[in-house]
Amino acid sequence: MDLFTPLSWNDTGFILTGVLNTVFISVVAILVGTVLGLAVGFVRAESSKSVNILLGGFLDILRSVPLIIQLILFSTFIGAMGYPLDPFVAGSIILSLYTMAFMGEVFRSGFNSVPMAMRKAARSLGMSYWQTVRYVRVPIGMRAVFPSWLGVALSVIKDSALVSVIGYMELLRTAEQLISRTQQPLMILIGVGLFYFMISYPLSLYGKHVERKMEI
Amino acid sequence: MIEIKDVHKSFGDLEVLKGIDLDVNSGEVVSIIGASGSGKSTLLYCINAIEKINSGKIIVDGVDVHNKKTDKNKLRQNLGMVFQQWNSFPHLTVLENAALAPQIVKGFTKAEAEEIARKELIHVGLGDKLNEYPTRMSGGQQQRLAIARALAMEPPYMLFDEVTSALDPELVGEVLDTLRLLRDDGMTMICVTHEISFAKEVSDKVAFFHEGLIEEIGSPEEVLDNPQRERTQQFLSKVL
Repeated sequence: MDLFTPLSWNDTGFILTGVLNTVFISVVAILVGTVLGLAVGFVRAESSKSVNILLGGFLDILRSVPLIIQLILFSTFIGAMGYPLDPFVAGSIILSLYTMAFMGEVFRSGFNSVPMAMRKAARSLGMSYWQTVRYVRVPIGMRAVFPSWLGVALSVIKDSALVSVIGYMELLRTAEQLISRTQQPLMILIGVGLFYFMISYPLSLYGKHVERKMEI
Repeated sequence: MIEIKDVHKSFGDLEVLKGIDLDVNSGEVVSIIGASGSGKSTLLYCINAIEKINSGKIIVDGVDVHNKKTDKNKLRQNLGMVFQQWNSFPHLTVLENAALAPQIVKGFTKAEAEEIARKELIHVGLGDKLNEYPTRMSGGQQQRLAIARALAMEPPYMLFDEVTSALDPELVGEVLDTLRLLRDDGMTMICVTHEISFAKEVSDKVAFFHEGLIEEIGSPEEVLDNPQRERTQQFLSKVL
């Protein structure tokens, strides 16, 4: 029996599973990170200095510590506590929090980008505080930061490769296994790079389309 | 009727309003003139409850504006306000800008709100811009949109805070024409303005503010043509 076997069509399903897992965990992290980031960004924009220092400190830790270290520490810590988590769940939690930390800052600047005078104009029409948030600050502020949001989302797709270190069978880990079996790293890594491009590029195109539509 | 009684307002140590008394009757146009920092705009913000007052009372149609129990959002529906900057909502078309508040605040259906908005936009001469985005319009057109947006709430009172001062000189006329239109409709208005000749033409009463107090108040002829107080005379000699 050969120790190494070349890449074959039989590997297609294995590779596709890796692609789908990358897409899946990226979508979860972007969605959860966006929702949590909106809440965090709003609290940051509206809160007192003391709340901001506390929350800002927490977000700074999430943004400053490399994702790979957060993934390993969290996974190990949870396991040591006697609650081992499935790699997808552990990876989703950390990747979502990591995304939230970046999205939170993006959305904070979005909320703050709506001038106070415009908020007062909305209130002077009889709108309540929350109506002003819902109908003025969110749509105007979020348009202003859409390109930054897109940048974070595209990074998350690429950062999702790091979840492989805790055993999640995403695209890069799939590739690693194929490389160790086939000893064809160059071809496989080029292929993986192409897959990442094919996942990211439609989002990038969609972003440009949305930006064009929002150009007023 | 708007009744302002001994209103004091401070920002930190700086007392901006030092005891203002002013009555505005229904159908009346009152212009407030004075140097920058004399408290003119602050008074409008206090009438609209955008700013709190330190003491005194402001009563609009019997409702104490600064009473804690007063529903400020409901109150503001009766007090349309237009600012120095037009503050159009850039993500909405002209029609949507004017229809938003009637729809979400007053609870009209989208079609009803747009009908009201359309009527007011046509009234201020923006009937051909309904589907335009405000950022593509001139400052004067955007300011007229701001007026129509406030009017779409059908308020009995309108407050204007130096609505022409951010405009290029050639655009001032169209906005003043819109205010004349409202005066002719019988709208009750308080206009903080630097346009003295406009104040003279449209006002029933002119109040000259100086350092947080009403220095002189009366008919345009009394205050602008024959000012009795030295400070009013000095101010008018500088601006006329």
